[in-house]
Amino acid sequence: MVSVLERKLTIKRVATVVSNYQENASTDNLESMAQGCGRNCLGTCCLPVSNLPLYAFNTAEEEQCHDKVDGSCDGKSPEKSYLNNLLLGQWENRMTRGLFRYDVTSCETKIIPGTYGFVAQLNEGRHLKKRPTEFRVDKVLQPFDKNKFNFTKVGQEEVLFRFEPSEDGETRYFPCSQIDPEGSSASIIAINVSPIEYGHVLLIPRVLDCLPQKIVHDGLMLALHFAKEASNPFFRVGYNSLGAFATINHLHFQAYFLSAPFPIEKAPTCKIMSSKDTRVMVSKLLNYPVKGLVFEGGNKLCDLCDAIASSCILLESNNVAFNLLISDCGKRVFLLPQCYAEKQARGEVEQELLDTQVNPAVWEISGHMVLKRRKDYDEASEQYAWKLLSDVSLSDERFQDVEKYVCEAANLQEDGGFISTVETSYGSGTPQASPHLPQDCLVLR
Amino acid sequence: MESQLGLGEESFDLRYSVWVREVLNELPDCFTITDPCVPGHPIVFASNGFLKMVGYSREEVVGRNGRMFQGPETDRRSVMVIREAIREERGVQISLLNYRKDGSPFLMLFQMCPVFSKEDDRVINFVGVQVPLSRRPRLSGLRLRSECEDGGGVRDTVFRCCRREVCSDSILERGRASSVESVSSLDDQEDEINEPCEANEREKAKASAALNNILSVLTNYSEFTGRFVSRKRCCPTGNARLVSSLNISLGRIKQSFVLTDALLPDMPIVYASEAFLKLTGYARPEVLGRNCRFLSGTHTDQSTQFEIKECIRNEQACTVRILNYRKDRTSFWNFLHISPVRNASGKVAFFVGIQIDERCNNDDRHGLRPEMRQLSVVGAVKVAVRGLSMGASTS
Repeated sequence: MVSVLERKLTIKRVATVVSNYQENASTDNLESMAQGCGRNCLGTCCLPVSNLPLYAFNTAEEEQCHDKVDGSCDGKSPEKSYLNNLLLGQWENRMTRGLFRYDVTSCETKIIPGTYGFVAQLNEGRHLKKRPTEFRVDKVLQPFDKNKFNFTKVGQEEVLFRFEPSEDGETRYFPCSQIDPEGSSASIIAINVSPIEYGHVLLIPRVLDCLPQKIVHDGLMLALHFAKEASNPFFRVGYNSLGAFATINHLHFQAYFLSAPFPIEKAPTCKIMSSKDTRVMVSKLLNYPVKGLVFEGGNKLCDLCDAIASSCILLESNNVAFNLLISDCGKRVFLLPQCYAEKQARGEVEQELLDTQVNPAVWEISGHMVLKRRKDYDEASEQYAWKLLSDVSLSDERFQDVEKYVCEAANLQEDGGFISTVETSYGSGTPQASPHLPQDCLVLR
Repeated sequence: MESQLGLGEESFDLRYSVWVREVLNELPDCFTITDPCVPGHPIVFASNGFLKMVGYSREEVVGRNGRMFQGPETDRRSVMVIREAIREERGVQISLLNYRKDGSPFLMLFQMCPVFSKEDDRVINFVGVQVPLSRRPRLSGLRLRSECEDGGGVRDTVFRCCRREVCSDSILERGRASSVESVSSLDDQEDEINEPCEANEREKAKASAALNNILSVLTNYSEFTGRFVSRKRCCPTGNARLVSSLNISLGRIKQSFVLTDALLPDMPIVYASEAFLKLTGYARPEVLGRNCRFLSGTHTDQSTQFEIKECIRNEQACTVRILNYRKDRTSFWNFLHISPVRNASGKVAFFVGIQIDERCNNDDRHGLRPEMRQLSVVGAVKVAVRGLSMGASTS
């Protein structure tokens, strides 16, 4: 990615307001506010003396949870659904306190008829208020800029609780908890004031460390634990890299509830790489408009985490933008490299698609489309969703590079000759009806 | 847990009479029957054939969820397909890798279908038939041949086990034998057995036939009790359809709450949780269809009732403390939270009311404050209603 004549690639877009403190952030003088700000923010001034609730999770690395007793996602013991209930209760509480910009449950939503069941939502209120701003989309790694909006500015009332590894190994909830000045930095769960669905929250690992939006092992591990602890297959965690529609360059993941399968979760897959030692396996998505890889397995959660994090880090250093979807309570993770923003900046995206103002970030790519215009919502079809997402996908060549990076970074072995057989299944412009095509498949055309 | 176990089995006997178990046990097939109305969706009946196949005793299986048989190599996507079928209350046929008690995996064809109550169209059971599939040999040609004993012929086994596509009925028919052979000749050292293996038509027919037998037994025995069941629902419309499909999602919530239909005159109760029945002493049929005001009595404050009415009229949430009466006419202070619940079109379709008996207010074993517990029910109901009313489902 060395270029002598470096030209900045940017796109103009309306950034989503994720916090009520974001609106005037750019005009504030953050330096002067950092001292004794007195408004209960998440900065070094207020967070260390806060009394936020703390959910401390058990980090004991048991064998990946297939225990025979209740290796479930919706188990019966109260403990299993504790975080799920806490999230729902806290989120509803913020709703009764009027912290959101709109009631997302008043936004119409439907499953678009078709093979995959893309989910469409009409959300006319999410993006209206702001002017488009310029985003640089050609650099996946950009340094943290304390002068731009970041999560240390968020007010504590937008925080639901801290989410951190437990010190004594036991899962516990503390309704009020002081931050240990000696301990590791606080990680928080905050609401997104412009929710895409019910329960839309942000996970901000080590908020005070002001990490830029790039994958770090412990940050990803936190996200995986979040999905696992929530213990609800309809609660997914997502990540957008810079250049793949992240709007805030401060490390964060997103998550929300959607009580329906995402089309991407239904897509057939084909195993292409695996590790004998860690038992991590990587499959490739088939018959889905966006090319992507699925990480599964691993003797321990950290095996899975390491494979994904190492892959993402290598992609970042090669300037490949991507999205991550953590699904099935942390058991399946989709890695989706993309180039839509880049195409958009180069003027290679059709005006018709641009007009819908849909930014294909992790949720859109997974099949959940938030539409801003009534017309687009009423006319939404599987063909439209397919077309939009096809534009997100990398070319065959570039995707092969990604496969190589992943194979190298995660130290995997290729699984025989399947790769070449499935190549043909991409690029066909129409959805294929093969709902039960299982993993490790042989595609016959 | 004990009570749950009893609950499922008891309602099974009430529905089909106590003799049904004997008859079901005479069927040679491997199958389980589950009760989605009981929290945790436990198995309420397991056939002798099934127990023999998995190596568990009846006591170890009944009362537990079917996922206890899944293991590390079980395909997560197949699990999702089954989960969705349950949520959408429809049948499914899929091959699945399960584990015996001794930890050994086995591949089987799983065919499941819902059983509806004719009376109210709710799903009362799921029947799951399991037809074991001959274990998939490893992909290396050598082992393939040596393990192929069941008379199907080498090619048939290869075909059956390596064909990984459901859509086409026969690879051989399409003249794809060469592709199959190229797979079998791959030198794959993997020791995994997760590669899905599809059932052939004979196995599929076997599963369907078994399912038909079981369902006719269930239908016949439900006639003895007068509580008829059916394999099909009577296609209710609007909220009624939605309510019946909400049962499974709402059944998991352990707190006392009711759902009232905002679209029907006088907002009747359309769902009442187990904990609500326990708190008030009523049986489910005694509360369904009635307006919540039957909980009030002589000493209930009129102004509180008015406050509730106003909130409902304005489609707003409210929290009140109201004197309510149980079936036995004993009273309790009800710390009540009511909230509107919108469907996927954004319209208020239900109100959810969560009751907390004030004396049990400090029963804080879960660590969440009572208000937070109420709000978490509101959230769970909103998510479930929104998800299930999104319409035309696929998959």
